[in-house]
Amino acid sequence: MRYEAPKTLEQAIALLAGANGRARVLAGGTDLVIQMRSGRAEPELLVDIKGIPELRSLAAEAGGYRVGAAVTCMELIEHAAFAKAWPGIIDGVKYIGSIQVKGRATMGGNLCNASPAADSVPALIAAGAIACIAGPKGRREAPVEEVVTGPGKTTLAGGELVLSFLLPRRQPRSGDAYLRFTPRSEMDIAVVGAGVNLTLGAKGVCSAARVSLGAVAARALLVPEAAAALLGSKVDAAALERLAAAASAACRPIDDKRGTKEFRIKVAGVMARRAAAIALERARGQN
Amino acid sequence: MSRNHVSATVNGDQVEFLCETGQTLLDALRDELRLTGTKEGCGTGDCGACSVMVDGRLVCSCLMLAVEAEGKAIETVEGMAKGEKLHPLQKKFIEHAALQCGICTPGFLIAARALLERNPDPTESEVRFWLAGNLCRCTGYQKIVEAVLDAGREMRGA
Amino acid sequence: MSTTLKYEEKQLKIVGTRPARPDGVDKVTGRARFGADYNLPGQLIGKALRSPHAHARIVSIDVSAALALPGVKAVVTRDDFAEMPDEMAPVGELMINFRDVTRNMMAREKVLYDGHPLAAVAATSESVARAALALIKVEYEVLPHVIDVVEAMRPDAPLLNENQYTQGVKPKPERPSNIAKRLEFGRGDVAAGFAQADVIVEREFNTKPVHQGYIEPQACLASYSADGQAELWTATQGQFVFRAQCAKVLQMDVSKIRVTPTEIGGGFGGKNNIYNEPLAIALSRKSNRPVKMVMTREEVFRATGPTPGANVRVKLGATRDGRITAAEAVLNFQAGAFPGSPVNQASMCAFTRYDLANVHVVGNDVVVNRPKVAAYRAPGAPIAVLGVESVIDEMAKKLGIDPIEFRLKNAAKEGTQTYYGPKLGPIGYVQTLEAARAHAHYRAPLGPNQGRGVATGFWFNIGNETTCSLNLQEDGSLTLLLGVIDVAGGSRASLSMMVAEELGIELDRVRPVIGDTSSLGFNFLTAGSRGTFAGGMAAVVAARNLIEKMRQRVAKVREVPVEAVAWKDGRAQPADASVAQFEPMTLTELARMGGKTGGTMAGHAEINAQGAGPGFGTHIVDVEVDRETGAVKILRYTVVQDVGKAIHPAYVEGQMQGGATQGIGWALNEEYVYGADGILQNPGFLDYRVPVASDLPHIDTVIVEVPNPNHPYGVRGCGEVPIIAPMAAIANAIENATGVRLTQQPFSPPRVLKALEGAGKAQG
Repeated sequence: MRYEAPKTLEQAIALLAGANGRARVLAGGTDLVIQMRSGRAEPELLVDIKGIPELRSLAAEAGGYRVGAAVTCMELIEHAAFAKAWPGIIDGVKYIGSIQVKGRATMGGNLCNASPAADSVPALIAAGAIACIAGPKGRREAPVEEVVTGPGKTTLAGGELVLSFLLPRRQPRSGDAYLRFTPRSEMDIAVVGAGVNLTLGAKGVCSAARVSLGAVAARALLVPEAAAALLGSKVDAAALERLAAAASAACRPIDDKRGTKEFRIKVAGVMARRAAAIALERARGQN
Repeated sequence: MSRNHVSATVNGDQVEFLCETGQTLLDALRDELRLTGTKEGCGTGDCGACSVMVDGRLVCSCLMLAVEAEGKAIETVEGMAKGEKLHPLQKKFIEHAALQCGICTPGFLIAARALLERNPDPTESEVRFWLAGNLCRCTGYQKIVEAVLDAGREMRGA
Repeated sequence: MSTTLKYEEKQLKIVGTRPARPDGVDKVTGRARFGADYNLPGQLIGKALRSPHAHARIVSIDVSAALALPGVKAVVTRDDFAEMPDEMAPVGELMINFRDVTRNMMAREKVLYDGHPLAAVAATSESVARAALALIKVEYEVLPHVIDVVEAMRPDAPLLNENQYTQGVKPKPERPSNIAKRLEFGRGDVAAGFAQADVIVEREFNTKPVHQGYIEPQACLASYSADGQAELWTATQGQFVFRAQCAKVLQMDVSKIRVTPTEIGGGFGGKNNIYNEPLAIALSRKSNRPVKMVMTREEVFRATGPTPGANVRVKLGATRDGRITAAEAVLNFQAGAFPGSPVNQASMCAFTRYDLANVHVVGNDVVVNRPKVAAYRAPGAPIAVLGVESVIDEMAKKLGIDPIEFRLKNAAKEGTQTYYGPKLGPIGYVQTLEAARAHAHYRAPLGPNQGRGVATGFWFNIGNETTCSLNLQEDGSLTLLLGVIDVAGGSRASLSMMVAEELGIELDRVRPVIGDTSSLGFNFLTAGSRGTFAGGMAAVVAARNLIEKMRQRVAKVREVPVEAVAWKDGRAQPADASVAQFEPMTLTELARMGGKTGGTMAGHAEINAQGAGPGFGTHIVDVEVDRETGAVKILRYTVVQDVGKAIHPAYVEGQMQGGATQGIGWALNEEYVYGADGILQNPGFLDYRVPVASDLPHIDTVIVEVPNPNHPYGVRGCGEVPIIAPMAAIANAIENATGVRLTQQPFSPPRVLKALEGAGKAQG
């Protein structure tokens, strides 16, 4: 196994493209190193992308933010302005393992590892984040919900990697939140995750909403029916109950060691409702 | 199998070593540099026994490849005491009976120091959540939390 | 001959204080060397090949390709180890079946669980060793497996051992069975007792295996020399027991193996048994190089002993005024792949907190296709007590009696006849119940969806073979050479404290060291809460032995009768001015003249400590239940325990807090999860969920001290008792919060939610 740490994107893409699918991108490594140790991943080439400045930058852009795919979770958490604009994404990022893991882990890695339970992904989907992808054929953009297709599987073509995420300009009176359910208070993998992003109109009526669920299907889901339950409402108890029902109805979970199907379906609604209540509070606080 | 050459600093000392690409920073510290104070409890980032600082960041050394350490500044438990003078956290861990078997202790000390450097006056809850990535099976955490809070007091001069 | 030293009440200067532990600085600086921290020049790395099947016959093992890999220096399989007879052989007082030991460390005819080792390699690096394992070709004939205890007891269940007939059943059964042994305990007439009862409560409980979860994976380093001697460094709870077992399975003389115990990163009973040690010695013998073997966390979960899962039925009868008239239990315990679950201890611990006229307990030790169980803190007791204390709580509620009051009405006291043998001596059970009732926690207000639970635990505590030496060094300082391992609890501190107290000197003058197997005679394991009791008794015997020798020396030098020399305040002094007068002599003066006056002086103890004092504890817990998700949060926790005497109270509190926390993990989230294929699905700390710091509240402790009359300082032992009550206390608290009684451990969110929904008590 070879290790390369290119300094430019072009070099990285050339390395990846030249490896016939036997290369893996190394960002934070918090998933990949474990997979290599257990024998689940046996790459011939590791391309460490942390030396490429564009992947490591976090900057304002077009009234929103562009977050490099290799920015670590801790760097994101410590970025006060970003955290104020997108607290729901910070919720998701904070759940990614311990402080130690967050010191290395990245949102790019969290997405491309393609686990249905990735904590930052529903928050990014709810936020309407756009992934910027680069490859041998140049750059393209894709909504985050279109990057992952199933456990361990993405739409990234050979030689492609995720460069950054673009978070749009924040509308006034907007708030987002991500909540997940785990048996322990920390350190677990989400049994269910729910991201909610909403905007309130002048009279407190919900004018825009996006809802995303994690760990309830083969990939994180964007659930328009759940968002529809909020739209036009004052996000009152009745709307929240409709949201919960729509979220539960959207689940296509499996039984596994972390939870049963029926538990996930029930708790998905609960998490969506509770996340929406937090998002509402945040939207009201952002006048 | 060709090995990678890495140069870095560990606790301020310049070091060089050779490693296989698949070896972790923890493997290099323990097996190549014979710094066995950093422990392996799980190898999957779930127990925190291997906690070290890399360029000022708290990380699990079992989740970082040794080859990634090129040019980095690494700090381990062996560098915590200054000569014979223990770090306040080391002193308070002993004083509060915050260690029993001691296998998790180096990781807790490194993690707790990272907390106090960033937040000199944490609440009990902040201590518990910051240290959630460090497993201790002996103490029930109570005395560890007390030791960290007390070390914080001493370091603040409160 | 056994040794008992009587309790003497006296003014204490050191015992009962909280000095720094002698191993403290090494442990906070990274200097302390644990199992994996030892290395030798030229060492190889050993790795074991493990079964991917729950149950299979081994048709063939072909190691030729592995041996041919450059860097591979040795491979061992079943062919490298001798067959052992199917009989119980003594290791000290411990009885061990080496037929099973040799098969557990290296499969012979069959693999019996996922993770069962069946070959091991030694190579020049870990990566070469791993590559070699992949080259070993094993042909298996996969067999049907059974992992559930109730299923394994059925007559048509797949058999693990075709030659195993249930012991304890007369006449001898005609057909082999997975039930290795049936035990029965009891007294009185339960049928008559139930007939007298106004209220009867009967419940069935099921628990999953849980692991000790020590943070240090098993690690050892072996070096075999061509002259037939072997050295072994290993993280063990008993260097002598490990030596005896290795010697037996390797067919070596005991004296030819020297085991040096390393610092041990937690054990809790899980490091009482050999795993890789004999494989490492055999690989070293074959390769003529030192061999180091360190388990991965996955190997620890798959192949080292958890505590059993079980099926438990409890029936209790009581009169309306709150007197228990009859108690009955059936305990079906998983032993893992080989017999030897702690169902025996569990049967005895089930009801011993109560003074009962009519009791009957049946225990079954059942083999299943899981790793062989090992001890885990009060082995078996928490499982039996979950059932019994849940039923006790339910009975108290049915009778309308406060749960502590109900326990007090039926509590065991000094003189209570147990149903397994002895009458209880002076015990502190009632005192722990009264202290719990008096605690502010017991009266604190509760909010919505919150509930409070109480439960109690009993453990025998044990003594056994113990040795130590106390060497007076030439400057008057002392080396305390100990045979008991300081697993974590701080026995180096507490034993030194007792020695300093005996000698009347500063603690700093006593340096404790754990001896290797060549430096002292046989010691039993550090197990059963014996370290401070038995180790302490040995330390006191050694100190008194040294004092005796020093008195004789002073008598000789001062030319006075030995009766005229007393040891007081750290000095030899005239016993009574009227008998003799001489200048007092300090330890330093005695040490300096030692060589000239007859040689250096040392105290020794080679004892079999008897008279362990039973320990009792009462726990109070508050929980909050999320009715929408089934999540249970621990809000407040108080541990009350009689420890006899807390030599070092901070470490006693640490045992109580640590034991309670392990019990909380057991109650809420810890479990072995197997697939239908018999493969363990959660062999890591990600999905085997031990409590983290943020899961827990402050854990309050109340130390009760009712001295054990059979220990010079009144010590009972304290490590086992605190893990016994938490599961039941939490079950009782959840019931109090929700009205729903949980009988399937762990009380994880999906289970709690399902139970709430089943009872119509869920929300949302």
